[in-house]
Amino acid sequence: MTEYLLRGARPLGGEPVDVRISGGVIVALGTGLSDDGAHVVDAQDHVLLPGLVDLHTHLREPGREDAETVASGTRAAALGGFTAVHAMANTNPVADTAGVVEQVFHLGRRAGWVDVFPVGAVSIGLEGERLAELGAMADSEARVRVFSDDGKCVWDPVLMRRALEYVKAFDGVIAQHAQEPRLTEHAQMHEGVVSAQIGLAGWPAVAEEAIIARDVLLAEHVGSRLHVCHLSTAGSVEIVRWAKGRGIDVTAEVTPHHLLLTDELARGYDARFKVNPPLRTQADVEAVRAGLADGTIDIVATDHAPHPVEDKDCEWAAAAFGMTGRETALSVVQHAMVETGLLDWEGVARVLSTAPARIGRVEDRHGRPIAVGEPATLTLVDPAARRTVDPRTQATASPNTPYFDRELPGRVVATFLRGRPTVLDGAPVEQEGASA
Amino acid sequence: MEHLLSAGDLSRTDAVRILDTAAELAATQGREIKKLPTLRGRTVVNLFFEDSTRTRISFETAAKRLSADVINFAAKGSSVSKGESLKDTALTLQAMGADAVVIRHHASGAPHLLASSGWLQAAVVNAGDGTHQHPTQALLDAYTLRRHLVGPQPLGQDLAGLRVAIVGDVLHSRVARSNVDLLHTLGARVTLVAPPTLLPVGVETWPCEVSYHLDEVLAQGLDAVMMLRVQRERMSSAGGGFFPSPLEYSRRYGLDARRLAALPSHAVVLHPGPMNRGLEISATAADSSRSVIVEQVANGVAVRMAVLYLLLAGGRREDVS
Amino acid sequence: MSDPDTPAGAREVLGADDISRALTRIAHEILEHNKGADGLVVLGIPTRGLPLAQRLAERLAAVEPGFDPATQLGTLDITMHRDDLHRAPVRPIGATHVPDDGIDDRTVVLVDDVLYSGRTIRAALDALSDVGRPRAVRLAVLVDRGHRELPIRADHVGKNLPTASSERVQVMLTETDGRDAVLISGGEA
Repeated sequence: MTEYLLRGARPLGGEPVDVRISGGVIVALGTGLSDDGAHVVDAQDHVLLPGLVDLHTHLREPGREDAETVASGTRAAALGGFTAVHAMANTNPVADTAGVVEQVFHLGRRAGWVDVFPVGAVSIGLEGERLAELGAMADSEARVRVFSDDGKCVWDPVLMRRALEYVKAFDGVIAQHAQEPRLTEHAQMHEGVVSAQIGLAGWPAVAEEAIIARDVLLAEHVGSRLHVCHLSTAGSVEIVRWAKGRGIDVTAEVTPHHLLLTDELARGYDARFKVNPPLRTQADVEAVRAGLADGTIDIVATDHAPHPVEDKDCEWAAAAFGMTGRETALSVVQHAMVETGLLDWEGVARVLSTAPARIGRVEDRHGRPIAVGEPATLTLVDPAARRTVDPRTQATASPNTPYFDRELPGRVVATFLRGRPTVLDGAPVEQEGASA
Repeated sequence: MEHLLSAGDLSRTDAVRILDTAAELAATQGREIKKLPTLRGRTVVNLFFEDSTRTRISFETAAKRLSADVINFAAKGSSVSKGESLKDTALTLQAMGADAVVIRHHASGAPHLLASSGWLQAAVVNAGDGTHQHPTQALLDAYTLRRHLVGPQPLGQDLAGLRVAIVGDVLHSRVARSNVDLLHTLGARVTLVAPPTLLPVGVETWPCEVSYHLDEVLAQGLDAVMMLRVQRERMSSAGGGFFPSPLEYSRRYGLDARRLAALPSHAVVLHPGPMNRGLEISATAADSSRSVIVEQVANGVAVRMAVLYLLLAGGRREDVS
Repeated sequence: MSDPDTPAGAREVLGADDISRALTRIAHEILEHNKGADGLVVLGIPTRGLPLAQRLAERLAAVEPGFDPATQLGTLDITMHRDDLHRAPVRPIGATHVPDDGIDDRTVVLVDDVLYSGRTIRAALDALSDVGRPRAVRLAVLVDRGHRELPIRADHVGKNLPTASSERVQVMLTETDGRDAVLISGGEA
């Protein structure tokens, strides 16, 4: 296996050091290390982070290979600096059995770009009626620890309670898509000033907040671990802050797009800005940024949701919800959080690597300290680079990025998965024998 | 003016020009020969994704009176039936050489998409999109108000100082949105009257006043009252449960004989049609001498002629040296 | 020769007195041809045909008290019948006022300022046929500058002005321009 020397990298944005990688682990850290026999990566002024972990992503396979495959999606993930992704269960068939989660797990292995950790469905077929075989998925080769009906809310309070209780047996977590279904029937965008003017049915903030409030109380009552997916409103931040203050075991995530974009973008009826939960107001953006900065929100996860052109190039109401984000997540976080002074690089490592690894119970392999003897699962980013996002040059199979034509900071220079580069010089490194 | 997508896009000058043009065109419509050769050789496509015979006929009449070729295209659209996509329909119309596309669509923003997508070059006229806008309805309402309430020489005039109440299902109404925008631009004072359930969140930012009490607003002295169609289904749970019963609705928000009598003698009653007699408006009110509802229909043709004239008669920017 | 109100490079070919005399002569010609004012309707074509028609009507009434401007004078807007609408930004539509009794079986005299290509008159004839069916249509113009593109001629001409097509003929009237004059400008020196 080739050895690598990262020359002059700044771990978590700190002082520059040389990092030598060999046999899948970091073997030396220091200044003026010998490059003897190693492939040297010029990491001058680059920030070195533990490999990024995406706790919430959609790979679409099996079922919607026209939008994304495990191979194309994980390749995009590596280019975005990720070394692990949690693939949501709303595939076709739904990942509600050990068989489907193992299939996704193996597809991920074969592609080899990142570690793919399948998320198991909470209920059979995401129907919200009966618990899926959570234990079987936990015991499977895929070792599922995160369960979610994402795309749909586990609305039935009794089912939610049972799920929260049941996964305690194997240290699992329920990741809730908080959306009160009756309050969001036919909903198209955030309910507020803009929706009233442009005549699109509203998705009120309270529909998210009411479910989060219920769920944190349920989690407290049964002593379980709860994860709140893609939290998007100022009110949700308040509720989670309150819950954490009470000692409730809740974690929360925010997406890059909710850190940056607002409902004003819907005015042009460009369905690339249609997403669920919807883009909120500027006040909400500021609240989720503050929540992420103060630790109320634990992590950033992409909710990367690829859709083929025809599902977006149409009337807003007919378009699919969702936007891609795996290849832009780190740049958006740098733009929204680092360049605003709200988060330093250590904080970025926390919200994009160590915390999601811990929530997903993969902290033995991901989100590790940058230290000798630790796995060389790393992301090297050039924060000074600028680029204009062009969907045609992205690795994801779908073009529905909301950042088209937008200039964003930062560029992933290299990604290492256990000592093996998946990205070098910003380009993907094809793995011998991989199906990708 | 390249397209007419929203009443909110019109400046006071634009709006007055449309009303003045409509007035001149209306004068030609009293003649035995109503047809003008102005848009000979131009093709206007009525692209209706939603049934609306009256709006389609109005646009069709307007286009034909200006000698345009009219093609009626009843389409299904992407969302409901998974029929042909809007994009493919647009590309087809482009290939057919449409000069203007009059679009009625159940999805808010569909006309905007058609105009901005680059799929076709035609001028786009919004004939009603979802719960968003219906600008020619607002223009014909403004035209009707100006004819009745602004002096004998209305040309060049706006609606400054007029008090207009718009009553009913504001939440689902593109007519209300368009009228709030246009009447405000023309200087009228608008009050929306509706049960709180039928007002959108965010209405407080609109350039109008809002009231839950029709009788209080009537007591303030109105120049015009515009009744919006309310669908009976809205009361059911499946329809959203917006009000307890049709009877309670008409008791609190319907224009009946007593409320009609409370209007000043010069005030007029409008309704965009089709009416639910006995729900939002009683037969007495609908058929009274105050009612200009039938005249709205005739004015609709003149206003739509004006819009088509202003969009299509002149050279496209690149043709005009 | 140099009038302070005449733009540089333009030369005045008719003055206020010339215009007045021409209109008086045309009025007499019309009455003579029509054998009186009976059944006569005078329609001005916007913009400058309107004041000219008005002045003509005054002269007709002065000579022939039977001529009643209230029922025999009107305007005919031709915007909707033009064949060059697509060559220019959209034009505002003018008003058409036809006497209440209409024009059926009347003799309509169309009045315009300059006869040039003939296209305006073609449009006016079409516009007229939408309004009614006159017994006869006659054309009175202040200036005929030639260069016809259609088989149209004037019945009553204030002044025949041979011009080059590169030249510009400008009629100024007190009602619209502050003074009466006909100017020629441009063309080869």
